[in-house]
Amino acid sequence: MNYDMENTDIAWCQGCGDFSVLKILKETLAELRITPEELVICSGIGQAAKTPHYLNCNVYNGLHGRALPPATAIKAMNPRLTVIAISGDGDMYGEGGNHFVSTMRRNPDITNIVNNNMVYALTKGQASPTTQKSFVTPVQTAGVSSEPFNPIATAIAQDASFVARAFCGDIEQSKEILKKAIEHKGYALVDMFQHCVTFNKINTFKWFRENTYYLEDSHDPHDRIKAFEKAIETAGGKLPLGIFYINENKTVFEETAANKRITALDTLKRRTGRNEKLKELIKAYL
Amino acid sequence: MTDFSFDKEISLAIAAEAGQGVDTITQVIAQTVKKSGYRVFYTLEYMSRIKGGCNSSTIRISSDRVCAYREKVDFAFVISKDALNHLSKRVSEDTIVVDLYSTAKDFGGSAYANTLVSGIIAGVLNIDIGLLQENLRKVFSTKGDEIIEKNMQASSKGYEMGKNLVQEKNLSVLIEKNDLAKEILISGNDAVALGCIAGGVDFISSYPMSPSTGILTFLAKHSDDFNILVEQAEDEIAAINMGLGACYAGARAMTSTSGGGFALMTEAVSLAGMTETPMVIYLGQRPGPATGLPTRTEQGDLNMVLYAGHGDFPRIVLTPGNLEDAFYLAQRAFNFADKFQVPVFILSDQYFADSCYHIEPFDVEKVENIDYIEKTTADYKRYALTANGISPRGIPDFGDGLVVVDSDEHDEQGHITEDLDLRIRMVNKRMSKSELIKEESIPPDFFGETGAKFLVVGWGSTCNIIKEALNEINNPDIAFLYFKQTYPINKNVLEQFKNRKKIICIENNYTGQFANLLKLELDISVDEKILKYNGMPFSVEELALKINEVIK
Repeated sequence: MNYDMENTDIAWCQGCGDFSVLKILKETLAELRITPEELVICSGIGQAAKTPHYLNCNVYNGLHGRALPPATAIKAMNPRLTVIAISGDGDMYGEGGNHFVSTMRRNPDITNIVNNNMVYALTKGQASPTTQKSFVTPVQTAGVSSEPFNPIATAIAQDASFVARAFCGDIEQSKEILKKAIEHKGYALVDMFQHCVTFNKINTFKWFRENTYYLEDSHDPHDRIKAFEKAIETAGGKLPLGIFYINENKTVFEETAANKRITALDTLKRRTGRNEKLKELIKAYL
Repeated sequence: MTDFSFDKEISLAIAAEAGQGVDTITQVIAQTVKKSGYRVFYTLEYMSRIKGGCNSSTIRISSDRVCAYREKVDFAFVISKDALNHLSKRVSEDTIVVDLYSTAKDFGGSAYANTLVSGIIAGVLNIDIGLLQENLRKVFSTKGDEIIEKNMQASSKGYEMGKNLVQEKNLSVLIEKNDLAKEILISGNDAVALGCIAGGVDFISSYPMSPSTGILTFLAKHSDDFNILVEQAEDEIAAINMGLGACYAGARAMTSTSGGGFALMTEAVSLAGMTETPMVIYLGQRPGPATGLPTRTEQGDLNMVLYAGHGDFPRIVLTPGNLEDAFYLAQRAFNFADKFQVPVFILSDQYFADSCYHIEPFDVEKVENIDYIEKTTADYKRYALTANGISPRGIPDFGDGLVVVDSDEHDEQGHITEDLDLRIRMVNKRMSKSELIKEESIPPDFFGETGAKFLVVGWGSTCNIIKEALNEINNPDIAFLYFKQTYPINKNVLEQFKNRKKIICIENNYTGQFANLLKLELDISVDEKILKYNGMPFSVEELALKINEVIK
């Protein structure tokens, strides 16, 4: 599998966590033996949303906050495709918040990677939904006062079918998490902690390393209550990484009672051969 | 001599509270009347509420083909407390008022008043009661034997009342019958929806909004038969973005909305322009701004669809004004969208969607769908620079190539670029499609004498009303130009405007949005504008009056 692009001018800052996410993504896809032709990566707008441009595959780089609706529809129109939606915390949790929640409810078989650096970087350092309280920015000059958004707790509360958090500094562990997310049948969220070298001097690479830990082997991702406890855990100030929650017993959007038969048909054949039925339908108006 | 003589036409209004089923009984009456051989038209007007208030339908039964709203009411059926007051402006001394509200208790409660109305009409028109009862049985088939039986009784009682009315009022009804067995009785809404199916729609995601919801529910009802994936989106933004994703994957996708919902979609319209993704947007207009009058009619969103979306990119606006155009234009909308890879609008309104008459059945064999999707090769470039600006459109998983689309300015491959020279080439490529689209722009229909002194101009749902008003005026000096495609305008149309004493533009809005477009696009100055914006359609009578005034 060759996901490498030639002659690409990558627009990220030197040392940006996005490089690590790209590496994690490429290696995971290669190890899963997913070909570029059967892969579609959707993204919104922001530095993380540029990821699919640096990867040799099918790309749908749409509007800010709107990666999930097209990702859902692409998977439904052609379930043979592996569909990944990737963007940053501002894009997915802020601008696209309604789609984030609604996509969990719909449960399409897609993987949703959110590069979470707790800041708006491309617009130069304003607060994002996950920016921690008191963080001072050129707009939030007295420090952020809003409660940070908790994507993990929100997803578990909504019974999303796969909920995980990774840190891009841990390549091998993140690959394992991402692999399971892609292989999981249903909506899979991977909140990917990622350091911003330019606009977040608080939540640095070092900070993420020191303030995270991996869920114990004893953690049962099928225990929703325990998963929720872990998602809101603040004791000791360290944030858990790993797979919080899995619910395999959910019907995917492509296989609902209304959609199953239709999505199984060949993409270009669904609309052919309908003339006789249409004539019958018109006759009903006689 | 008779006291009431209905020569050639009889016009009925039924008024009741919301939730009392005026629309259902109106459909039953129209179907029965048509099956008996009478030509018929009906339209509905209603309030934005689930129960109470007052809604009404107008049914015209005529010797001639009728397909437009008239104010005149020969029979006013009053089923609720406020119903008579609701119709008061349309009731004259020549109107027979049938008050079923105050006597409702005598025949089993107000629930059966509607069925009584249908019986009375059958009695007055001497229609076979069996035919009416057959239609009623179909409508109430799921309601249980007792309710069906009560409705049968109510229809018989109504029939008797109708016969008595003929005696009492000394009524004479002389309406010609025709063989209408081969014609279909259909609404504007359903004609558009059938056209969408004919055009190959296989994906719709929408957020419900009056008066566009009928398209979504129609396609949902028939989704299994035609393999249409139907999804109610969380908001209009998701609705159109899903549609664009579906198109990217190979679907023929659409969304349906009204003005307020469409306002939320505008960024994605721009995305369709940039990524050159085919997308059909059905917009059922209602009066704005903001929430406006949610269940009323207006033609106030032409400007919005013309200019929606930031940046320059081509688009197509189709505005059907009769049932044939509703079907055939909706079908073409999908082919236009695919051929030119642009967003295409079907602009309708509440009056058009909720009006119903009968025509020759749509000819499915007459329409053709061309799939413009191409199998990709390994070196495929989604935005290859071609001579005419149209790049062959591939989809993922169909061929050996990769399909890359981007909302940023992009290179031929589809990848993000900030090469400013390439930017110019890409803008030119997208905009060059405008010329191709113009060449295929559907010309307006012309009615009247070539050299007529006065030219009336209309677009969309006013078409049939204007035609009947001009018929009534019967003045060979007035011709009519009906635009079924309002953008881009067919260039040959300039000839039609030459050597006219006056050009009169008729629109259901305040500013004359199409008149202004004529000025902008073709430098045509309209001399008179006849505008209406109270939420109701024009009536034939008021248009005839107003046209006569402006040609004095």
